[in-house]
Amino acid sequence: MSVVSPIREHLVTGGKTYHDVTEDICRHVESKPTKEWKIAFAISVLVLLYGGGWVLWTWWEGLGVWGLNKTVGWAWDITNFVWWVGIGHAGTLISAILLLFRQKWRTSINRAAEAMTIFAVLCAASFILMHMGRPWLAYWALPLPNTFGSLWVNFNSPLVWDVFAISTYFSVSCLFWFIGLIPDLATIRDRATGIRKTIYGALSLGWTGGAKTWARYEDVSLILAGLSTPLVLSVHTIVSFDFATSVIPGWHTTIFPPYFVAGAIFSGFAMVQNLMLVTRVVYKLEDYITLEHISLMNKIITLTGSIVGVAYITEFFIAAYSGVEYEKYAFINRATGPLWWSYFGMMFCNVMSPQVFWFKKLRENIVVSFVIAVVVNIGMWFERFVIIVTSLHRDYLPSSWTYFTPRMGDIGDYLFSFGFFFTCFFLFSKFLPVINMAEVKAVLKSSSEKKSNH
Amino acid sequence: MTDKKYIVGIFNDEDVVMDAVQKIRSKGIKIHEVFCPYPVHGLDHALGYERPRMGVPAFLFGITGTCLAFLLTFWTLGIDWPMNIGGKNFFPFPTNIPIVFELTVLLAAFGMSFTFFFMEGLGPSVKPIIFDIRSTDDKFAMAIDLNKNTVSDSEIKAFLSEVGAKEVNVKEV
Repeated sequence: MSVVSPIREHLVTGGKTYHDVTEDICRHVESKPTKEWKIAFAISVLVLLYGGGWVLWTWWEGLGVWGLNKTVGWAWDITNFVWWVGIGHAGTLISAILLLFRQKWRTSINRAAEAMTIFAVLCAASFILMHMGRPWLAYWALPLPNTFGSLWVNFNSPLVWDVFAISTYFSVSCLFWFIGLIPDLATIRDRATGIRKTIYGALSLGWTGGAKTWARYEDVSLILAGLSTPLVLSVHTIVSFDFATSVIPGWHTTIFPPYFVAGAIFSGFAMVQNLMLVTRVVYKLEDYITLEHISLMNKIITLTGSIVGVAYITEFFIAAYSGVEYEKYAFINRATGPLWWSYFGMMFCNVMSPQVFWFKKLRENIVVSFVIAVVVNIGMWFERFVIIVTSLHRDYLPSSWTYFTPRMGDIGDYLFSFGFFFTCFFLFSKFLPVINMAEVKAVLKSSSEKKSNH
Repeated sequence: MTDKKYIVGIFNDEDVVMDAVQKIRSKGIKIHEVFCPYPVHGLDHALGYERPRMGVPAFLFGITGTCLAFLLTFWTLGIDWPMNIGGKNFFPFPTNIPIVFELTVLLAAFGMSFTFFFMEGLGPSVKPIIFDIRSTDDKFAMAIDLNKNTVSDSEIKAFLSEVGAKEVNVKEV
C-alpha cells in the first residue's frame, strides 16, 4: 500500500529559469516608467502635497485645527499612529517569523512587505510629530541632559518606551531590508551601464556572491530574523502599553498586548494583500505571486481576524466579570452608545468579513481578496478609533460628556500619510526590485513547475 | 605587481557545481572561491569553510547594549536625578525592561551587520573583482588561482570540463 500525500502548489509557475527570474524582475527597474505608474505616482504626490499643506497648517496653527475637545484629547492622530504601526508589522512578520518557520512562500512577497513596513512606520512617526504640536522640540523625547536643568526623560513612561521601540524597530527594519537587497542590487549593477552602474554599484557594497560570503550572509539573515521576531512583538506590545498602563476604563486591560499584536498582523497582511494584488498585475508578476500566495495570505487574515474577534468578546466578558461599574459602562457604551456605528463597523469588518475565506473559491478570487483586504483595513482603523474615542468621550463626569467630530485638519493630516506612503511605495517599486530575486532563485529548483519531475 | 591568473569554470546547475567542488578538492586542487547567484546550502561545507559564527558578534554587541541601557536608566533615574513619584522606588527594574530590550536588539543587529560588512570587505566604495558577470544572474563561477596550485593550467582546464563546467575561461586580475 502506498500513501500519496498532497503536493504543495508550485511557488513559481510558468517554468521559469534563473535567467527568466532576473529578466522578469529587473525589467521594470531598467525600463522607462509606464503610463499607469506615472498617473498613480502623480496622484500620490498630489495627495502628499495637499496633506502636507494641512500638516504645515497644523504646525503653524496648533492642534486646534483638529476636532479634539476637553474630553476627547486623543482621537484621529493616535488612531492613525496605531493603525500605521500595525500595518507595518506584517512586513517583519513575513520576512522574519516566516523565515524562522521555513515558509518558502514568503520569498516572493517579503521584499515589498518589508518596504511597506518601513514606509508605514514613517507614516506612524509623522503622527507622533504632528501630535507633539511643536515638532522642533521632538528631541526632548530622547535621553539628553536637558540644558534647562538636569532633568532626564522618565524611563518609567510607556511614551518613552515607544520612542525607543519605534526608532529601534525602524532602524532594524531598514537594516534587514537593505541587507536583503544587497545581492539583488549587485545583479542590477552587473546588468547596468553608466551612472546607474555607479549608483547600484555603491549600493551593492561590492557584492560578488562568493560561497563564504553567502554562508555568512545566511547566518546574518537568520540571526536578524531571530532578533526581529521578539522586536516586532515588543513594538506593538509597547504601543498597547500606552493604553494598558493607564487608568482609563476600557484601556487598562491586560489582554491588550497579544490582542494588539494579532490585530497588527491582521491589518498588515490585508495591506500587503492589497499592494501585492496591484503589483502582480502592474508588473506582470503573476508567475511569482500566484493564487497560492493569495490563498495563504487569506488564511492568515482569517486566522488573525478570528483571534481579534475572540479578543473583543473576551474584553466584554472581563468587563462584566470584573464587577467594576465604570468598566462595564465603558463597554456597554462602546456597543450601544452614540458611537455604536464605529463598534459595529469594527465587528463587521474585522470579525465577520474575513470568514468568507473559509470557502476555497472565494479565497482564490482576486476581486474578493482585494475587497476584503480593504474592508479589513477600514475595520482595523475603526478598532483603534473605538478603543481611543469611545473610552474617552464619556468620562467620570457626565457634565463633560461629549461627541467627537473630525475637522478638516484631521482629515488632511490623514491624507498626508496616504500620500506619503504611496509616493514612497511607487518610488520603491520603480527603482528597486519588488521581488527578492536571489531568494526566489534559491527555491526555484525545488518548487517550480519545470523541475518538479526530478 | 605581478598579475594574478585565475581559471574560471562556469556551471549551470547547483548540483553539478556541488559535485564538481568535491571532485576537484579530492584531486588536491585548491579552489579560490565559487560565486553563486543565490545561496547554495552545503556549498560552504563542501569547500571546507568553517561554519559561520555570526552569532558571536551578535551576542557581544547585544550584551554591550544590555549593559549600556541598564547603566543609562540606572544612572539617570537612580543616581543623577532621582524622582520621587508617589514614594515608589527611584529605580524600579521592571519598567526599564523595554528600554534594555530595545537597545540590546539595536546594538546586536547593527553590530553584527557591520561586523559582517567588515569581515567580507563590503562597502560603498569597494570595486569588486568580478570573475564572471553572469554569476549574479544565472551561472555558478568557480575560480581557481593558478599561483596557488602546482597542477598545470591545461590539466585544470581539462578536469573542469570533465566535472561538468560548461565553459572554462582564463581571467587575469
